[in-house]
This record gives sequence, structure tokens and C-alpha cells, in this order.
Amino acid sequence: MKMLATTDLSPDTMSQARRVGPPILKVEHLSREFGGVLAIGDLSFTVAAGDIHSIIGPNGAGKTTLFNLVTGVYKPSGGRVLFDGADVSGMAPYRLAARGMSRTFQNLQIFFNMTALENVMVGRHLHLNTRLLPALFRFPSLVRKDREAKDRAAQLMADVGLEKYIDADAASMPYGALKRLEIARALASEPKLLLLDEPAAGLNATESREIDEVIKTVAATGVTIILVEHDMKMVMGISHRITALNQGRMLAEGTPQEVAANADVIAAYLGAAP
Amino acid sequence: MNALLHGRLTGLLALGAVIAVLPAFLPNNFYLDIAILAGFNAVVCVGLNLLIGYAGQISLGHAGFFGIGAYASGVLVGVYGWPPILALLTGAVVVGLLAFLVAKPILRLKGHYLAMATLGIGIIVSIVLRTESGLTGGPDGMMVEPFKIFGFELYGEKVWYWVVGVLLIGVVWLSLNLIDSPMGRALRAVHGSEVAAEVVGVDTARFKVLVFVVSAVFASVAGSLFAHYAGLITPAKADFFKSIELVTMVVFGGMASTFGAVVGAVVLTLLPQALTVFQDYQQIVLGGILMATMVFMPKGLLPTLAALLPARRRA
Amino acid sequence: MFAELLQYMLSGLTIGAIYALAGLGFSIIYNASHVINFAQGEFIMIGGMASATLTASGVPLPLAILIGCGGAMLVGVLVAKFAVERARNASTVTLIIITIGASIFLRGVAELVWGKDFKRLDAFSGETPIQFLGASMQPQSLWVVGTAAVLIVAIGLFFNRTLTGKAILATSHNRLAAQLVGIDVKRVVLASFALSAALGAIGGAVVAPITFSYTEMGIMLGLKGFTAAVLGGLGHGPGAVAGGLIVGVAEALGAGYISSAYKDAVAFVIILAVLLFMPNGLFGKRGTERV
Repeated sequence: MKMLATTDLSPDTMSQARRVGPPILKVEHLSREFGGVLAIGDLSFTVAAGDIHSIIGPNGAGKTTLFNLVTGVYKPSGGRVLFDGADVSGMAPYRLAARGMSRTFQNLQIFFNMTALENVMVGRHLHLNTRLLPALFRFPSLVRKDREAKDRAAQLMADVGLEKYIDADAASMPYGALKRLEIARALASEPKLLLLDEPAAGLNATESREIDEVIKTVAATGVTIILVEHDMKMVMGISHRITALNQGRMLAEGTPQEVAANADVIAAYLGAAP
Repeated sequence: MNALLHGRLTGLLALGAVIAVLPAFLPNNFYLDIAILAGFNAVVCVGLNLLIGYAGQISLGHAGFFGIGAYASGVLVGVYGWPPILALLTGAVVVGLLAFLVAKPILRLKGHYLAMATLGIGIIVSIVLRTESGLTGGPDGMMVEPFKIFGFELYGEKVWYWVVGVLLIGVVWLSLNLIDSPMGRALRAVHGSEVAAEVVGVDTARFKVLVFVVSAVFASVAGSLFAHYAGLITPAKADFFKSIELVTMVVFGGMASTFGAVVGAVVLTLLPQALTVFQDYQQIVLGGILMATMVFMPKGLLPTLAALLPARRRA
Repeated sequence: MFAELLQYMLSGLTIGAIYALAGLGFSIIYNASHVINFAQGEFIMIGGMASATLTASGVPLPLAILIGCGGAMLVGVLVAKFAVERARNASTVTLIIITIGASIFLRGVAELVWGKDFKRLDAFSGETPIQFLGASMQPQSLWVVGTAAVLIVAIGLFFNRTLTGKAILATSHNRLAAQLVGIDVKRVVLASFALSAALGAIGGAVVAPITFSYTEMGIMLGLKGFTAAVLGGLGHGPGAVAGGLIVGVAEALGAGYISSAYKDAVAFVIILAVLLFMPNGLFGKRGTERV
């Protein structure tokens, strides 16, 4: 855990002059229990629009559970989630997606029964005609928009560095490429808020750096990003704010410098990884 | 895009060509009859494949929908004197509504629980058909009047062959269209990962219900026309074994392949006819073939054969 | 009034005991291999047919039951070894079709060996009805319920007290972990098929004097057993037993008070109603999907 203290903090993202956007996501007294065990307890924090906001914490801190609660995969046992000012607690994921929230998964959730390009095209779902009759009878307008969606999906794949896999079956792609494929698919839905669950897990150093670049580029287009990641170098380098969790509760929150210097955070990490 | 479109058209043209030239090779009405039955099964299987192969949802009760369609035509035309086309459409609407009503709760179920629920629906339908003998003629079945439309009567194997042939081409066309559309991708996404589909905006419940309804309506229409063609329908056409037969055709031919469903339906319609030479051993051979193909070709006939060919295109 | 109700309850419990055994068979195999074995009904049929035909040719009843039981176990192991084990990674629906193929195959063999007609087996201890609070009961019903009760208790002890039983349970909870601690998972699957086959065959033998034996007797019994297993929650042994008894009693009440023609529909109406509100059955685990 030396890394926490010695990471060089890039000045551009840490500039104090940076304007803080209005809140896009507010989590209020959120809790969730599984069979009597509290996975998330009385957690509150706010994510500002335009930020890269990281959630860190040792294994079992409840990071993925938090993602599942925010994106509607799990229903909260208590508390609220406000997205863009509206209470969206327990709302189904597809409704949240329509409001502009999407995510990737720590354990890949790829459509292995499709090609890579089709995976990304599914991400265009909200922007296409998905009704039955136009599909059955192949209305020309549907075919035209579908062709555009295809070009757009190909462009997104190129953006995340997957141009050579455009015609590949998802099932034949290597792990690192699938991680990016999930990001491209989520981006295809044009989210305002994108939650990335360990995008660099299992990647080598070069691949990690590339993902790092992808995230920065996406954030530069105005998409708010919530990031769960164990790669502290990446987290410290690109985050505007960090929330640290331990055992489902808030441990610390602040800028990367503040969190890195926080005694509780250091203790939690040292305690978790003796 | 070009390649895909090409694949669609080649497949359809090939199917059309086979249907067009086949009668020349069939010596008599007995063979034509088998071809017609294969065609009816293929229509149902193309629909069922949308549900099982593409959306990944099991149904062990689709013969029930086939049966409701068949009996709707039998009863409405025979007992109440409706025009056949109106009876067919009414049957399709009723099946569509029924499928819609049951789909929402049962499609929340997964795997074997879904298998159980659909199996139950099919069995209940077949028991009702068997028991309400006042309308349905009970276990012995009922006679069905010929199909008349605009003063024409569809009569004889030669006419019905072309009716079923055209119907099959139409259904295959619809299925290919659906699969190559945003809704089709949403269905396959449901199969691939429901949660991933949801987070990009796919209302998975809605698409599961829709595809269930579509496949049930395909079965109902095939059932109605079959009733008029056969002239006699029995509750056996709606029972558990018929449902299993249909699912087996889909899986045997190759899941998530429209042409696979057609091939599966044709092969498994012919097989029992071919196996009659085994006489007493017929069931043993049929059961053995089912087990062996599924054990050695779990992906089904067409995808397995396609994988043997140079990897040029997917079926 | 009461006597009538009691009468229905008793006949419901009798047939329910057979459903319970079949349901238990489904659950045991499901636990070990995650396969729904649609050939479960055929084990019942083998037990019924073997004991009926063997006693008819002079074999003493206990020996006949034993032979039927052994035959069914052998068949179960063969199905597991040559069909199910080889298709381990196939999809749910493919596995369902494999076991249905097996059941068609077994019925074909049975027809060849035993013919298509009904076979009669004498009741084990006479046919003088026993009077009980105004209801009358065939002594064979006691045999059915008693045998089922003994088998169910024995199975319970087997899973909780013996090493083999615990190995099967461990495999059902976590196949990989079981493998890592040295459990031969393949043998567990074979053992579970043998065990389920034995349960089915003995059930078939004791119920044969009531239902007669014929090669298609296993079809509906098997489906009702599946219903019982799902009703109780797949893989939940006591649940399957409860499910079987519930289905049996409900069926008898339905036949008595509503319509005997719809007797066979009762089980499926119940299962649909239950799954509507409890998608994992009455006692099934309510898992949260991990992503």
C-alpha cells in the first residue's frame, strides 16, 4: 500500500480551479442486506456531473453491491437513489438506461451468442425501432436506421481500439478485448452516467494504460463516470473525487490527495491485506 | 450487411427452389402427404425456434397452441358455421391473447421451472380438449370441414402442398427479418445475458412475452390450416408428446438457426415413416437416434454440418 | 360427509406417496447433475412390469421386486453413463431431450420384452378392505404408504448419516469444491441415478396391484413426480415428498368433489398457481443473481 502515498498525482485532473458540476447522482442512506448481513449500510454520497468519481475499498467492501443497487439490478433494503433529481430507487435497469445510465460488469456479461459488432449494436437499442411489426416486415425506415446503427457501432469499436474484431464472434475474443467491448456497448446507449466495474481487472500494464486513455476520452465528452477499480495508479491518476468504502460503510471521501492521506483508508487497506 | 442480405436471399431462394421442384420427385399422394405434414411442422418449428433458439426460453407446451388453433377452426367452422378464414384469425387472436396473459408471469421463471410451467399449460389444454367432448368430440377427435375461401375449396394434396409451401416460405421470411432487426438482437441478447441487455435499455420481460406470443400464433395458424387439411383432429395433436416432438425438431435441426428448424422438422417428420421398416423396433430406434444425435451433436444437425464446412458463413 | 373426505384423503395419500418417491428421484438426480430426468417414470414402469411378470411366472414376490429394482438401477446407471455424462456441457433443453429419448427407448424395449397389454399383480396381503372411521381402504394402500415412508426415512438417513450420501450432497452444493476434496463426481452422478431408479422401481412394484402395470404407466407418474419436485423446490428432498403428497391429495379431492375427468389437470393447475407466486417452489432457495 505504499502506492497510495507515493502515486504521482497528475496536476491537470487535480486542478483546484476545476468547476464542480451539479449533482447527477445522489445516494441517500442506502442500505442492502443479504440474509441478515449488511452489504451496504447507511451510505450517502453525491456524484457531480462531469466527474470521474471512483469508489475504492478492500475486497468485500460492497463496491459491486453498490453498483447493483444504483443500476437497479438489486433493490435497496433502505434509503434512496436520486438520478438527475428523480428518485429512481429500485427502478428496473432498462428504465434507468432510458434515463441515461449504463454500466459494465466485473465478471463479463457478454452476449456470446453474437458477433462483437452485434453486441455493440444491442447497445443502440434505445435509439432504434424495436417494435414487432416493422421488424417482421422489414420496414425500409427500420433497415435504414439499422444500417446507421451498424456504422455507429463500428465507429465505437474503433474508438475503444477494437477495429480488428468488428466481424469476430464475441466468443472467440480475448479477455482484454471483451472488457473494452463492454465499454463500447455501454457507450452505444449514449449514457449521461456510466458505471465501470473494474475495467482494468485482469489486464496487463499496457492494456491498463489503454483503458485509462479510453476512460479519459469518454469523460472528456461530458459523460459522468463512476469507477470501481483496484488499480490504484489508475484511480489516483484519473479521478476527480474518490469515495472509500469499508464493510459496506463510508470510510472517507474527497479528492485523491485527501483520500490517499486518510489514516482510516490506509488502515483499512493494511488491515485487509496484511 | 451485403453478406448478411446475401445469406438471407440465398437461403430463401434455396428453400423456394426445393419446394418448387420437390413434387416432381414424389411418386404419389402418400409422399406428398408426408411433405405437407413436414411443412406444417416446419412452420411451427420456425416460430418455436424464435423462442427457444434465439431468445433461449424453453416451452414444453407449444402443441397446446397448435391444438387451440386446430380446434378453433374445427369448432367455429363445423359447429357454428363461421367462414374458415375468420375462424383461423379468431383462433390466432385467442391464442395470442392467452399466450400474452400467461407469458408475463411464467417467463419470469428460469430453466426447469419454465419447462414445468409450459408443460403444465400444454397438458391442461390437451385435457380440456379431451374432456369437453360436447364441442370437441372428446378423445376420438372431430371432423373438420374443408377450407373454403372466395368460393374456392382447398382440396387434395396437390393444392395443399402449394399452400403449405408458400406459408412456409412466408414464415421463414418473417423469421429471418425479425432476427436481423433491433428486436431480433434484443431477443438474442436476452439469451446471452439478461442483465447486460437490461442495462443498455432492453425491457427483457417485454421481449420474452412478445416472442412467446409470436411463436404461439405461428403454431395456432399452422394448427388451423392443418385441421382443414387433415379433416380430422384429435387431442393427441395438442398433447405433451406433440410438444416434445416440436421441441425435439428445433433442437435436432439446430437451435438459433431458422433453416435448422426447417431441416429438423423435415427430418423428424420423415424419420418415423422411414422407421416403420423396423416395425416392433421403431420406438427403440427413434429413442436411440434422439439420444445419439443430442449426445454427439448437442448443437444440432445444421450447425454441426456447417462447422464441418470451411468457415465461410453461418447458417 | 367426513367419511367421504377421509376416503379421498386416503386414496390421495396412496397415490401421493408414489408421486413423492418419483419426485424424490427427480430431486436426487437434479442435485447431483442438474439434469431433469424425464426417464424417471420408466423406472417406475420397470419396477411394476418386472414384479408383475416375474411373479406370474412363479418367482416369489420379494425376489421379483428385487430383480426389478436391480434391473432399474442397471438401466439408470447406463442412462447416466452413456447419455447424461457424455453431454455434461449441453444446454438444459438438449439434456431434456436426451432423457426423453432415453424414456422412448426404454418404453420401446419394454414393449418388446413384455408386450403392450396390462399386467396384473396380486395385492401383497389380500383384498379385504380395512374399515377406518367410516372410510374403507385396500390393504395394498398401506403397503404403498408404508413402503414409501420407510424409503423416505432411509433416504433421509442415507444423506445425513453416510459418507456417500454426504458426498452426493456436497456435489450438489458445489461440484468443483467437491471434486477438489477428492469426491469422484462422476460416480456420484451414477450413484444418484441408481438410487433414483431403485426408489422408482420399488414404488412401481408396490403400486402395481392398484394401477395394473403397462408399458406406458410411467408417463403420467413421471410427469406428476416432476410436478412434485418442482412444487417442493427443485433439489429439495423433503420438499419433493411434501409436493408429492400435496399433488396426490389435491388430485383425489379434485376428482371427488369437482370432476374426475379433470383429475390429471389438478397437479398442473396447482403447480402453475404456486409458480405464479413462488417462482422457486414452496421450499426452494430464493437466490439473488450474482453479476
